[in-house]
Amino acid sequence: MDEILEILSNDARISPEEIAKMTKKPVAAVKQAIRKYEADGTIVQYKAILNPEMIDSACAHPPVRALIEVSIVPQKDVGFDRIAERIYSFDEVKSCHLVSGSYDLLLVVEGQNIQTVAEFVSSKLSSMENVRQTTTHFLLKKYKEDGRIFKQAVRQKRLNITY
Amino acid sequence: MYVSKLVEDLPPSGIRAFFDLVLGMKDVISLGVGEPDFVTPWNIREKSIYSLEQGYTSYTSNKGLAELRKDIVKFLGWRYGLTYDWDRQMLITVGVSEALDLAVRAILNPGEKVLVHEPCFVAYAPLVRLAGGEPLTVVTTAEDGFKVTPEKLDKAWKKGTKALILNYPCNPTGTSYTRSELLAIAKVAKKRDFLIISDEVYDELTYDFEHTPFATLPGMKERVIYMNGFSKAYAMTGFRLGWVAGPEDVIAAMTKIHQYTIMCAPIASQMAACEAIRHGAREVQTMKREYNRRRNFIVESLNELGFRCHVPQGAFYAFPQVTDRLRGQSSLDFAKDLLEKEKVALVPGNAFGATCSDHVRISYASGYDNLKEAVARIRHYLASRPA
Repeated sequence: MDEILEILSNDARISPEEIAKMTKKPVAAVKQAIRKYEADGTIVQYKAILNPEMIDSACAHPPVRALIEVSIVPQKDVGFDRIAERIYSFDEVKSCHLVSGSYDLLLVVEGQNIQTVAEFVSSKLSSMENVRQTTTHFLLKKYKEDGRIFKQAVRQKRLNITY
Repeated sequence: MYVSKLVEDLPPSGIRAFFDLVLGMKDVISLGVGEPDFVTPWNIREKSIYSLEQGYTSYTSNKGLAELRKDIVKFLGWRYGLTYDWDRQMLITVGVSEALDLAVRAILNPGEKVLVHEPCFVAYAPLVRLAGGEPLTVVTTAEDGFKVTPEKLDKAWKKGTKALILNYPCNPTGTSYTRSELLAIAKVAKKRDFLIISDEVYDELTYDFEHTPFATLPGMKERVIYMNGFSKAYAMTGFRLGWVAGPEDVIAAMTKIHQYTIMCAPIASQMAACEAIRHGAREVQTMKREYNRRRNFIVESLNELGFRCHVPQGAFYAFPQVTDRLRGQSSLDFAKDLLEKEKVALVPGNAFGATCSDHVRISYASGYDNLKEAVARIRHYLASRPA
């Protein structure tokens, strides 16, 4: 991976000027590379990673998430892609993977409460042509996502000065 | 007075008082630390915890766990093409510090001499003295990138010189050596017939070229006491674990002292080290890339501030000349003043030798946000000094 991408994927707030200093590249070259990555879709977007527990504790009705396993009947010529697209186009679907094993698609679905998610599954998902079966697992607690641990990280306890 | 003359005569650390001042202060941004800011990778900590749960709480053989010695020897073969006999040429020590102590005690007769470069890690000259030897200072300067050269060695050499202690990449300067620079030093060692005590604890943190272990140079393996440890590359300073490889007779002599003084390195640390050497390579590379970026940032920032900072090729230290920019203020006064006014801690150069008092050591083993804030505070300090 290009070093610029490595830096930005850890902290997107670091400026092109700072990246230039870190990588010993000209500022203009760094800016141009970032523009290229943004244009070609390598960098999709910049966003903050939020701790859901902190947000939920401040919120009267925190949203509910569920992992949903979906078994589908693949279609001629297009396999799983067309039916997957029909499914992931719903706003409620936050992520969608085609997986190996005893089912086909693994979704993360978000709703305002258990009823909304259940409603989505029964009226939108299960009723869809080619969807054979669904299994819904409501998520209870998030410990780690994309390599980030949500608990306060263990900090190294160093002295302030040593040889 | 019950203290021995030898110990009493050891030069006291001139900046102990400054260290105490820093240690007593809170909310300091510290660029004064000689250890990684990463916590030891979890798989290594977990292995150590597991070994305790399994009841590994005993002594090991004096030389260290056979499994660990075999793994290190295998690693050296794979990494550098070096071959050592794991049972006769390898010893596990309590950090490189112990290995250094053992090495000088094992080779020195009273009054024999050891070449020590300056600036260098604080322990070298005192350890030589404690072993009954005499340190000979090889002064290196910023103009030469703090490198030991054949000319400087020839100048410092005296009859009765038994060894050179060479540390590269170097604490505090970050200086390292290319293969051809090392070959030039090796030539002097052969001509003058002395050993190389090679402290390569920062080897994995070499940024601009491949690290060359001294023992890999032609004809040098029999002359090199090669030491390294787990502290810096795997962020395991508190585990206190190092190793030394070398000629069979020297390792046997060192083992003799080790068995009477230390017995063996702690078993939980040795178990953790087994995990580090088997599965730590990826973490090491991630840390190295991060340090390299911080190095580039800090060196350029220091130069922008008007300090003269050479580019360190390894370790995690910058060693800028500061007194010209400060128009005569000593580096110790600067360090005290900066601590008091801006709450930034760094180490004045005289900690590393009398010839280094124009420099400070800045450790970039600190998060990027910290480094940025520290640079901003130093800038503020410089701007608010009376003209």
